[in-house]
Amino acid sequence: MEYTFDLEKNKDKLTEYKDFLKMIKATNGALMPALQKAQELFNYLPKEVLKIVSEELRIPLAEIYGVATFYAQFSFIPKGENQISVCLGTACYVKGAQAILEEFEKELGIKQGETTSDLKFSINEARCLGDCSKAPVVMINSTLFPLVKKKDVKKILEDLR
Amino acid sequence: MDKNRLISIKEEKRAKIIENLLQNDLIELVEDKVVLKGDYYKNQLRIALRNCDIINPFDIEEYIAFDGYLALHNVLTNLSQREVVDIMKNSLLRGRGGAGFPTGKKWEEAFTFDADQKYIICNADEGDPGAFMDRSILEKDPHSVLEGMAIGGYAIGANKGFIYVRAEYPQAVKTLKHAIEEAKTLGLLGKDIFKSGFDFDIELRLGSGAFVCGEGTALIESIEGHRGMPRPKLQRTAHVGLWGKPTIINNVETFANVAPIILNGAEWFRSIGTEKSPGTKVFSLVGKIENAGLVEVPMGTKLRDIVFDIGGGCQNNKEYKAVQTGGPSGGCIPKEYLDVAVDFESLASIGSIMGSGGMVVMDENTCMMDIAKYFLEFSVDESCGKCIPCREGTRRMYEILELITEGKAQMSDLEELENLAHVVSDTSLCGLGQTAPNPVITTLKYYKDEYIAHIVDKKCPAKSCKPLITYTISDKCIGCTLCKKNCPVDAIQGELKVKHSIDIEKCIKCGSCYEVCPVKPVKAVEIY
Repeated sequence: MEYTFDLEKNKDKLTEYKDFLKMIKATNGALMPALQKAQELFNYLPKEVLKIVSEELRIPLAEIYGVATFYAQFSFIPKGENQISVCLGTACYVKGAQAILEEFEKELGIKQGETTSDLKFSINEARCLGDCSKAPVVMINSTLFPLVKKKDVKKILEDLR
Repeated sequence: MDKNRLISIKEEKRAKIIENLLQNDLIELVEDKVVLKGDYYKNQLRIALRNCDIINPFDIEEYIAFDGYLALHNVLTNLSQREVVDIMKNSLLRGRGGAGFPTGKKWEEAFTFDADQKYIICNADEGDPGAFMDRSILEKDPHSVLEGMAIGGYAIGANKGFIYVRAEYPQAVKTLKHAIEEAKTLGLLGKDIFKSGFDFDIELRLGSGAFVCGEGTALIESIEGHRGMPRPKLQRTAHVGLWGKPTIINNVETFANVAPIILNGAEWFRSIGTEKSPGTKVFSLVGKIENAGLVEVPMGTKLRDIVFDIGGGCQNNKEYKAVQTGGPSGGCIPKEYLDVAVDFESLASIGSIMGSGGMVVMDENTCMMDIAKYFLEFSVDESCGKCIPCREGTRRMYEILELITEGKAQMSDLEELENLAHVVSDTSLCGLGQTAPNPVITTLKYYKDEYIAHIVDKKCPAKSCKPLITYTISDKCIGCTLCKKNCPVDAIQGELKVKHSIDIEKCIKCGSCYEVCPVKPVKAVEIY
């Protein structure tokens, strides 16, 4: 699916971002914080923004692309308004997290790593959210849902719609 | 800030905190020491977790109330750098991140190496699935890490520290940011700490979701703003590390141990635990265990004591099958070895590793091939792709495990798997690849009969691998139609109050029928 970056709509965020870049420009290893901030502000890394990063930090776009593709948290498509992370860490896995993930995929009609076309939801599998004593867990934005059962999925989604 | 101020804060605050906790029935006093209340804590000895769930992590004065920053004061005003390094060496504290390298020796490497700038890094990229020791320390007692880092910085001659936290821990980031600010305001970080002339600053750097960045040189690459790929170890990072400068990287739990060692002395520390692995270790006891949570016990404690005395054994009275230690780099420990002492050497001798402290308990329903496959999939995903044995080898191993769990493998595949496991572990560049085959190697060692059952008999003894099991309905069926209603593919036939049957051709083995079957005590839906 194609997602276009609306320069006009994101004007304020872009100004904020450019100020941020100016602030960190001089620090060593500024690229990671720069990409993290972009991901946080725009919910993904738009090409238009990466070009700004390239010019400000004097780092070739190709190198930025290399770094951005390496880390799981960076995305080239927008993340949904509600980011669903289904933990597939060991503890959750042995307690049936795979079935929970499949249930979310079924309910939303997208696969993990994708975003619904209305940009409302995206699903990601997470590597271990560190709440293993409450396995299986699901994190949506920054709210943690402990001891999730397959039949809870529908209700969780309904509450967010 | 000076010593008198620290002590006056302590005197003013400590009694109040204790009184409050006693009122809420959260703690008890054992020989004047504050101990969390309950059977779960009774057999634990908490050093790294000493303040967790006792102090408010957002109030630096509460940390000071429990002797916080006294060790840093002592170090900066009474001890030379050499003396600090020697105390750490004598304590024999070993790195808690997994490899167990002696911390004092590491510090000495950087201390004796001359450079205009040195760095100290706290590795808070806790990535092993099933492990959350470091997260708890960062969120519940951040100052213990900051103080440890400042002491380390002084010892090696670094005035700049970095904490590399994984992005999946937003709460830890928040707590740390607040703690650093508070410490700066009180002059416990920053310029001329305790008027000793020693400057020390700590900066937070966030990971972005790459497991391999827990590896020291990959972590350094990531802070520098590159892809987190490990470097060839031509030089030690203690000599050539971050931006080419001498750099010490220690784990969160290691730093949390530093201040108590300075306050109580190396002798005290060595009196706990075993001769070669002194002190305590924090484990996150999770999986199919009755009492899941964090456990801190002296090194050398028997695995049985951790799993059964503290953990309460497997959930639902199921039979213990194995405990997996060390995450994707570790191995499975079967029943026969429940009496193994948990320390670096003993675990290595049975093919597992201490790792960072994850302990995932598995019961009779866990298929070991499935677990091996799970960890391999993790390593395939997280391999950075720099060296071929790891990048390609883990993938080929994963494919073989897939064949096995689908019942499509032959005995020759098993030989191939074993062979590959050794090649990958012998020839990979960094720890990730070198240890990625461990889950396969240990399951092959202890559960070969299960591998053979999958390959020759096409059966999964734990009844977990879908392609190898069949669902049937026994004569106990009461004909309640619940399973029929819940079957997503209409594979179940039968009338009300008449025994139902499953059409094996249609069945997708989703297990819905088994879940809903109300017949007790043995369900009418059976798995073969």
